[in-house]
Amino acid sequence: MKRLPRRPFLLGRDAGLLLLTLLLAGAVETRFPQFVTPTNAKSVLDDTSILMLLALAQMPVLLTRSIDLSVAANLALTGMCAALFNQAFPDAGIPTVIILAAAAGATLGAVNGLLVWLLEVPSIVATLGTLAIYRGLVFVVSGGAWITNNKMSAAFLDFVRIDIFGFTVLTWVAAGFSVLAYLALRYTEVGRNFFVAGSNPEAAVYAGIDVRRMRFVAFTLSGAIAGLCGYFWVSRFAIAYTDVAQGFELQVIAACVIGGVSIAGGYGTVLGVVAGCLFLGTIKNALPLVGISPFWQMGISGLVIVSAVILNARRAQGVPRRILESPSA
Amino acid sequence: MPGPPHTATALRGRGTGWQRLARWESVLTVFLCCDLIINAGLSPYFLNVWTLSDATFSFTEKAIVALPMALLVIAREIDISVSGTIALASVAMGLAAKAGFGTPALVLVGLCSGLTAGAVNGALVTRLGVPSIVATIGTMSLFRGVAYGILGDAVLKSYPPAYAFFGQGYVAGPLSFELVLFGLLALAFGVLLHRTVIGKRLYAIGANPVAAAHSGVRIERYRFWLFVATGVASPLASILLTSRLGSTRPSIAQGWELEIISMVILGGVSVAGGRGTIIGVVLAATLMGFVTFGLGLKNVPGIVMSIVVGCLLIVVAAIPAISRRIGAPARR
Repeated sequence: MKRLPRRPFLLGRDAGLLLLTLLLAGAVETRFPQFVTPTNAKSVLDDTSILMLLALAQMPVLLTRSIDLSVAANLALTGMCAALFNQAFPDAGIPTVIILAAAAGATLGAVNGLLVWLLEVPSIVATLGTLAIYRGLVFVVSGGAWITNNKMSAAFLDFVRIDIFGFTVLTWVAAGFSVLAYLALRYTEVGRNFFVAGSNPEAAVYAGIDVRRMRFVAFTLSGAIAGLCGYFWVSRFAIAYTDVAQGFELQVIAACVIGGVSIAGGYGTVLGVVAGCLFLGTIKNALPLVGISPFWQMGISGLVIVSAVILNARRAQGVPRRILESPSA
Repeated sequence: MPGPPHTATALRGRGTGWQRLARWESVLTVFLCCDLIINAGLSPYFLNVWTLSDATFSFTEKAIVALPMALLVIAREIDISVSGTIALASVAMGLAAKAGFGTPALVLVGLCSGLTAGAVNGALVTRLGVPSIVATIGTMSLFRGVAYGILGDAVLKSYPPAYAFFGQGYVAGPLSFELVLFGLLALAFGVLLHRTVIGKRLYAIGANPVAAAHSGVRIERYRFWLFVATGVASPLASILLTSRLGSTRPSIAQGWELEIISMVILGGVSVAGGRGTIIGVVLAATLMGFVTFGLGLKNVPGIVMSIVVGCLLIVVAAIPAISRRIGAPARR
């Protein structure tokens, strides 16, 4: 049986991370008063939204002792397809684009899920493979060409930037999804089953939960969100090309890990993941302001990730894990 | 030999080992032969010793890192940070070259930076109990990030002329230094894994770490040194690559970790630990190299190659489940 920290500590950890983020922002503010202006705070939220969506979708995957390395490639492929679709049918409504992108992403995610579910491919191998395949397919469907903003319709580009009560649509979507994820993981049967399937697969089987099918559900969900983010990304940065979001999957996993999601499965909180994303987002935004060369950004986020995983590591009692825990169920 | 998927026998007899060799490795060999025939059909110049020698440059550097990576995966660990280490070592060597150090000093600087990187990974995993996949995702950003931070958008290329030998030199005729070095290392790793007690213990750790620990194997020590070995192999690859390119940019070897891990898994090493051979990894690396080269002959861009590698990877990983369903295990 896995030892879970008691509830007060759990609450303290997530709140602590949020507090740390605020302290960080405050520290930057003392030297550079323009940092905590509403405009900048909004842009941090806007910048972090896609990361937050992807990290929250990655969380159920990690909960079930799996990993989805293909999210960024999925994002790039669906983003490119969305841009091509928009180029071909500039008059199609945004809801159509969104539904198609999410459906395409979900299909790509379901491929991962089926590989893990039916063919028993370890998730790290399956998604490493589909990462390469999806990334290659972006090149194939686009012919290596770039699709720039002058080839996209105005509605396609503007949607994510629409301002509602001072925040962009993108921010609202991320906030809404956070609340939804919190409620779903806490109060629905499927949501709770993710935790059970990950914390003790054997017990889950005896409780009537199909662990592999839960993985399939998690991968499909992760894919659907990646597809949605594909459209958001292309629309927000107004460009689609083969290398879009290259390596972003590692940032997504880093955000989850910083947020306290256990890579060994069965443990994690939505609040923690949101705090982890905001923490990374704040650092990313503060660095250029403090005058640190953007080239150091990767090194510093690496240092942050390493520090966070050291703090999160709960030493396993001399029993080494597999690279990822494989299903014994 | 059907059986549950995770009951890999730790100290398997030589007979079973050879039987396995006669299966997956021979499948790889058949693939390799097919690819050579196809390549020969694509270009009349392919079956020329110099063309073949050129083709080996497409995999030797990655394959050198794949050797210790195979041992890591056999012992249930993984190192995602290798390409970051390669970049870090390349930048360290570039800076040393700029400061006017000679070739031997450059090699030493590179190897030391890799040694440090490997020790950091090893300490994170064995001392601090961080799962290796998480630890090395973090250090990958850290190592490459330091390379980016130091170098920015600059390029280092003041390497001494003698330094060019590693990546461009030939030992005898068409035998490149890279290929000879890879061959020697493959031999050394093969002997280490298949003929020494260290190798037996690595299989034991991968197959059943609890049993291995109870049998007196110091598993933490083995895992630490595996990370250090991978850390030292990465700058070797870095030396060859930097020397071949003649310059260092922080984006050097970007994405190699995936190709290196693909080589290992395609070579028949099980990600569940405890299974795999060096010959398999060498064959897989060669196969991937020649397929890439062949696609290059057809002017197929490298990114399309990644689709082929991705499919191969999944098919290989799915074979046990498929064969179990059909009821005729092809690969155990």
